[in-house]
Amino acid sequence: MVLRRSIVKLVIGLALLTHAANLLIFVTGRINTQMPPIIGKNEDILLPPFADPIPQALILTAIVISFGLTAFAIVLIKRTYKQTGNEDLDDLNTTDKIDKL
Amino acid sequence: MIEFLIILPVIIHFFTGAVLIATMKSRDISRTISLASAFLLLVSSLILFAVVWLSGIKVLYVGSWKAPFGISFIADIFSVSMLVMTAVMLILVTIYSFASIDSGREKYGFWVFLQFMIMGVCGSFLTGDIFNLFVWFEVMLMSSFVLIALGNEKFQLEGAVKYVTINVISSVLFLSAVGILYGLTGSLNMADLSGKIKLVENKYLINIAALFFLTSFGIKAAIFPLFFWLPASYPTPPIPVTSIFSALLTKVGVFALIRIFTIVFIHNVPFTHGILLALAGLTMVTGVLGAAAQFEFRRILAFHIVSQIGYLLLGLGLFTLNGLAATVFFFFHIMLAKTNLFFISGIVNRIYGSYDLNRLGGIYKNHPFISIMFMISAGSLAGIPPFPGFWAKLFVIKAAFESHYYFIGAVAILVSILTLYSMLKIWNEAFWKNIEHPDTKEEKLTNKFGWYVPVIIVSVLMILISVFPEHVYIISQKASEQILNSAVYIKNVIGK
Repeated sequence: MVLRRSIVKLVIGLALLTHAANLLIFVTGRINTQMPPIIGKNEDILLPPFADPIPQALILTAIVISFGLTAFAIVLIKRTYKQTGNEDLDDLNTTDKIDKL
Repeated sequence: MIEFLIILPVIIHFFTGAVLIATMKSRDISRTISLASAFLLLVSSLILFAVVWLSGIKVLYVGSWKAPFGISFIADIFSVSMLVMTAVMLILVTIYSFASIDSGREKYGFWVFLQFMIMGVCGSFLTGDIFNLFVWFEVMLMSSFVLIALGNEKFQLEGAVKYVTINVISSVLFLSAVGILYGLTGSLNMADLSGKIKLVENKYLINIAALFFLTSFGIKAAIFPLFFWLPASYPTPPIPVTSIFSALLTKVGVFALIRIFTIVFIHNVPFTHGILLALAGLTMVTGVLGAAAQFEFRRILAFHIVSQIGYLLLGLGLFTLNGLAATVFFFFHIMLAKTNLFFISGIVNRIYGSYDLNRLGGIYKNHPFISIMFMISAGSLAGIPPFPGFWAKLFVIKAAFESHYYFIGAVAILVSILTLYSMLKIWNEAFWKNIEHPDTKEEKLTNKFGWYVPVIIVSVLMILISVFPEHVYIISQKASEQILNSAVYIKNVIGK
C-alpha cells in the first residue's frame, strides 16, 4: 500500500505497517495463557513461568504514538491535496528537479 | 542530587515548550522565553559536562527502579559534549530566527515545536534504554514533522510527505527490531542487553536484529542507500529549520548507531562493522557526486550532509580508539560548519532573493564580510588547513591508515577533493562571478544583528578550534575511550 501512487492509500499503508510492528512485539513477547504474572499467596517472589506484561506496555505506547502519527499524516495529505491539487505521488516531484526551487 | 542534572535538559525544554503554548500569540514573550531556555540548556549541560569530566559516567534511575528494570538516563562524555553542542546550536538558531522567521510561522507554534524537538534530541542523547530511545525519537520526529510542514507552502508540503513517510517506515523498523531483541533476551536496557546477547544461541536472529537497527537508524542518519529523502525534503522549509535539522537530526541518527554498535552489537564485529565501513565509503562518494550535479545553494549543502555522514560512520566502522575519537571530533566540526553554511545561504537569499547559483553573482564585491565568513566554513567543510575540517579529516584518514584500511582512506581523500570542487563552484558562481543583476534586486537586511551575530559566533568558534585542535581532540579521545570501554559503562549502569 505504501508503494501505491495515491496519497490516501499511502496513509492506509503506513497505518497498517505500524500495526504490523505492534503485532510483531506481541508475538515475540512470549505469549501464553493461564499464567498471570501475579505473586501467589504462599510465595514471596514471582515464580516462572508467567506471562510477560512488558510487551503490553510497549505496544500500548507504540499504539498511542502511531495514532498520533496517523492523525498527523491524514491532515498533512489533506493540506497537500489542497495546495497542489494533486493526489498522485508521482507528480509530487518538483522538489527533486534541479533549478526548480 | 547531582544525578538530577542529567534529566534537567529534558525538563527545561518540556516546561518551556508547555509555557510557550500559552504565550504563542505574543511574539516578544515567546522569543525571550526561547532564548532564555536555550541559555539555561547551555549552562546546565556545561555543569553536567564538568561533573562527568571530573568524576566519570553518571546514571539516573528514573523512579529509583534500578537497571535493568527501570529506565535509566546515562551521561558520559560523548553524550554530554553532544548536549553542549545542541545548546550552542539552539542559541544560534534562536537568534537567527529572530531575524529570518516570518510572523505567521511564529504565531502558529514555531517556538513551541522547536523546544519540543530539542527535548526529543536531548532525551535521545541521554537515555540508556532502547524502547525509551524509540519514544524520544518519536518526540523529536513529531515536532520535526510540524516544523517541516509549518507554513503550508507547496514545496514544503511535498517535502513533508516524503519526510513523514520515510520516517514512519524507519520507526516501524526500529520498533520491530526492539520487539525481536526483547523476544530474544527479555531486556531493553542497553547495558544489560550487551551481556545477554552473548548468551543467545540463535546468532542469525541477532544479526537480523542488528541489521534492522542499522536500516532504521541509517534512514534517519541518511546513509547510502537510504539517503534519497534528505535532499528532497531538507531544503524545503525556511533556513532556521533546515539548519537545526542538519545540525541535529541526522547526527542523532549517527549517535544512536554509535551507541547501539558499541554497546549492544559487538558480538560479531567483522560482520556488522564491515558493513558499516563499506556503507561509509559509499555514503561519502554518492553524497559528494550528488552535490556536484546541483546548482542550487541549499541542495548542494543538503547533499554534502549525506557525504559528511560517511565520514562520521567511517570512524565507527573502524572501531578503534582513534577512529571513534576522530568521529567525535568530526561531530564538533560538522555541526558548526554545516549550520554556518546554511545561515549564509539564508543571508544570500535575503539580499538577492535567490538560491540559484546561475542567478547569483558578485557577492564578494558588494559584501566582502559575508564572503569571508563563507570562505571559513566552506574551507572547513572541504578540509583546507588550518580550519577544523582539516583536523577532523586528518584524524579520520589517519585512523583508517593505522588500521590498514588504505582503500577507504584513499576514498576519504578523494571525496575531500570533490567537496573542495563543489565549494569552489559555489564560491565562483555566487561570490566571485561578476554579473549584472537585471532580474534580481538587492535588498537591505533589516535586522543586521539577528542575521550576522550567529554567523560571527560560529566563525569565531571554528577559528578557536583550528587554533587549539589539541584541546578538542583530548575531549574526543576521552569520549572515545569511554565509548569503547563498554565494560565500565555497563558496570556503572548495572552496578556489578
